[in-house]
Amino acid sequence: MEETLKKKDKILSAADIRTTFHTHGRTVQAVRGVSLYVESGEILAVVGESGSGKSVLMKSVMGLMPDNAEVKADQLTFAGQDMLGMDQEQLRKMRGKEMAMIFQDPMTALNPLKTIGSHLMEVLKRHRGMDKEAAKKEAVAVLNQVGIPSPEKRLGQYPHEFSGGMRQRVLIAMALCCKPKLLIADEPTTALDVTIQAQILDLLKSLQEETGMSIILITHDLGVVASLSHRIAVMYGGLLMEEGTTEEIFYTPKHPYTRALLHAVPKPHSGSKERLEPIPGMAPSLIDPPSGCPFAERCKFACERCTKEIPQYRTYSTTQRALCIYSGEELDHKEGEVESHG
Amino acid sequence: MARYILKRILTAIPMVFLITVLCFALMHFAPYDAIDAMTTPKMSQETINLIKAKYGYDQPVYVQYIRWLDGIMNGNFGYSIVTKQSIASDLAVRLPNTVKLVLPAYLTAYFLAVVLGLLAGANKNKRTDKIIDAISSVGIAVPSFWFAMLLIFALGYKLKILPIVGMHAVGKESSIADFLKHFIMPFLTLTVSFMPANIKYVRSSTLTQFSEDYVMVQRAFGATKSEIMFKHVCKNVLLPVVTRFGMAFRLLITGSIITETVFSWPGVGPYFIKAIQGMDYPIVMIILVLSSTMVILGNLFSDILYCLIDPRIKEMG
Amino acid sequence: MKKEKINKDKSIRISSVKLALKHDKVAVVSLILLGIIILFALLAPFLPMEPNATDIANRLKEPSFAHWFGTDEVGRDYFARVIYGGRVSLIVAFLAMLTSLTIGVAAGTIAGLSGGIIDMVLMRFVDILHSIPWMVLVTVVSIFLNPGIQSIIIVIGLFTWMEIARLVRAETLSLKEREFILYAGFSGVGTWKIIISHIIPSVFPTIIVAATTSIADAIMMESSLSFLGVGIQQPMSSWGSLLQNAQGTMQNSFHMALIPGLLIIITIFAFNKLGNLLRVYVEPKVMSGEKE
Repeated sequence: MEETLKKKDKILSAADIRTTFHTHGRTVQAVRGVSLYVESGEILAVVGESGSGKSVLMKSVMGLMPDNAEVKADQLTFAGQDMLGMDQEQLRKMRGKEMAMIFQDPMTALNPLKTIGSHLMEVLKRHRGMDKEAAKKEAVAVLNQVGIPSPEKRLGQYPHEFSGGMRQRVLIAMALCCKPKLLIADEPTTALDVTIQAQILDLLKSLQEETGMSIILITHDLGVVASLSHRIAVMYGGLLMEEGTTEEIFYTPKHPYTRALLHAVPKPHSGSKERLEPIPGMAPSLIDPPSGCPFAERCKFACERCTKEIPQYRTYSTTQRALCIYSGEELDHKEGEVESHG
Repeated sequence: MARYILKRILTAIPMVFLITVLCFALMHFAPYDAIDAMTTPKMSQETINLIKAKYGYDQPVYVQYIRWLDGIMNGNFGYSIVTKQSIASDLAVRLPNTVKLVLPAYLTAYFLAVVLGLLAGANKNKRTDKIIDAISSVGIAVPSFWFAMLLIFALGYKLKILPIVGMHAVGKESSIADFLKHFIMPFLTLTVSFMPANIKYVRSSTLTQFSEDYVMVQRAFGATKSEIMFKHVCKNVLLPVVTRFGMAFRLLITGSIITETVFSWPGVGPYFIKAIQGMDYPIVMIILVLSSTMVILGNLFSDILYCLIDPRIKEMG
Repeated sequence: MKKEKINKDKSIRISSVKLALKHDKVAVVSLILLGIIILFALLAPFLPMEPNATDIANRLKEPSFAHWFGTDEVGRDYFARVIYGGRVSLIVAFLAMLTSLTIGVAAGTIAGLSGGIIDMVLMRFVDILHSIPWMVLVTVVSIFLNPGIQSIIIVIGLFTWMEIARLVRAETLSLKEREFILYAGFSGVGTWKIIISHIIPSVFPTIIVAATTSIADAIMMESSLSFLGVGIQQPMSSWGSLLQNAQGTMQNSFHMALIPGLLIIITIFAFNKLGNLLRVYVEPKVMSGEKE
């Protein structure tokens, strides 16, 4: 199916990633075979509820999973290099240099006993071999770049002297230090105030345009990504449910889960005041995942077949595919029926 | 920061004061008092009154308290009822002996605990961790006097390589080699008894630090395992550990009552136990006050140290 | 529906404890040994042995079939003395724990519920008691009381409740803000009723875990005091006083020093393990909560 998707310069391409944890005799299947790619210079949004495996997927790609996790994949290439063939040391050297990751909670992401300057300079010394003076200069430059006022003064300060939004900027600055080809942002705005959220997202977008790096933006909030991302991948229960361009996902969503998500979000472009529909039910347990489609339990279109087997992807365009036994038209039809009955 | 330290010192003062009141009250209301220890039933009431007047026990309670407190402040700790010796000069001899034993033992225990605790914490659930954790779990359950008895039996009685009591052999008071021979067993006992709880403490704070977000972030930025351990985790673990050091103050006076008694080490411990057994009130009171003051000073020291080295507290008013 | 959830909850707790036990064979062994020790201590009066019967002809005998642990310096059967000693140690520890829990829970709830000046005074008092090294305090107070088993229970109980009081107070404070307590307050339910029907059940898990630690500490304290000669007095014996006694004869009858010490270690170790297991039961996250 990969071949049918649009061919372009892919910075990251992964096939069939499977991540499992072993804790106390139980096995948790957090990611159950996800294939994904990122084109250079694009922003890909990975959307899903908590527990959908989106964070684990990205940590698996970065090689950040703990010892009790097992990551398998058929293919994992980054900027033309085969990551599966690399040893721990090679992977470590890539982290923070060619691909960087920032996290959800900026309040705890920085070592409280180290100054902002030493956080930045450590990365610069490590990956760019700079001496102290050069690193300091560069640190000031990146802080400037992410919009932190009077950076020279700020270098000597400790994380607790920064607000949440400012700390997230510091982390973004850390990520920019080595001009990475790919930045993975794991819910970078979830822990922040709404006004600050918008600022950070704007910053990410403008930095992307400035540097031409690719960004994977992980979020549980479809509303956040509408104006930002080029493409969207929707995850649920450790599986990729649907992927497509932002327009495709918002205007012609195929998968019932994507549709349900869209109903649960205020529509970004339509002025209509539709009532938001929460999705009934809870996300499935990943300890003993259902043998069929993980969304079947909560899906209003589910039939018996859905609970028995995981369907194949249906391809709708060079960029859009969805994991559902029903095609988009079939679902449109059924939706009409449900509505007329309900 | 200066204000915080000042505030901390100001709250410590009433605590010390209250403790002196408590100690005095305890002794005052004890079923037997100092007079009983100095008089015999045969004495006439007149003689008893005379003795009372001599030591000021005929005065009202508060006067007695103020005189006692005034004495302590001026370094006059009073006199032992039993031996009639000056308590201050007794302590001047005994305190250094206690410090000579406790300080090296505590420093050793602390150093080993930090090393082993970090080692265990960094190797969570691996063999090293399991062994260290098992040793400290058992160690916590071992009574120090029992461990001392094992040492005495093995090194003193069976192998006959170490003396089992005292600090010096008679006539060898200035020999360092002789002192060390006497020193080894009590030192080992104390080190082993201080270590397990501290190992557990360091281990669990190391585990906590390793699960912090900043460790994941550092990994995401390509830090090596040793960079994470030594540049980041260590500092965070050591901060509370270093400040915990203030708690060792209390041990300088009474931390080794048991060990000193077992080995008849001429420190404060046996002095105190003897005073308790002999109802030697002035000594008991002084030790009670001194040791509690040391605890408060130790905590104060910890807080001030914390405040000096933790950037997060520096700004606090 | 609700009951079902509670049952499910309970089964998760039990299965986490089972899992914890499966991964910790040492805990299983130590708990079995603890069970045997407690059983012997409980049944001691019904066993055909006499801890105080002297037999001068058979002094300081090595362990044999007739005397499993040998005899002491006046020919008393050491096995019987160790069993009775354990009985005393465990009784002291258990009752001291109850005393300490009662005071701690009472002080903690009162301080937490009343707040203001009462809270401040109580907590200051806790601070002060905390500042006096327990060894010193306990020895001093023990001279107030006639030596004996009651005194040592009271002494240990009186000076170990501070930590429990702090825990319970903290828990009470957070509970106080919770809605159901607020409602109970508004609707005019009496303070005592709130304490008994809401606070106590909520702090119960904390208390249970604290209790095991408290027993372990009490055993250590009792044996230390008895070893120093300010605890249990002859002819009654506890593990600590047996050890004190064994100092004199240790050179020849080392087993007399070895056995009570080992029993103390096993008992304290097992109670600490039990505490860990209860903690797993109370908050199963402790086990599964190894994040990630």
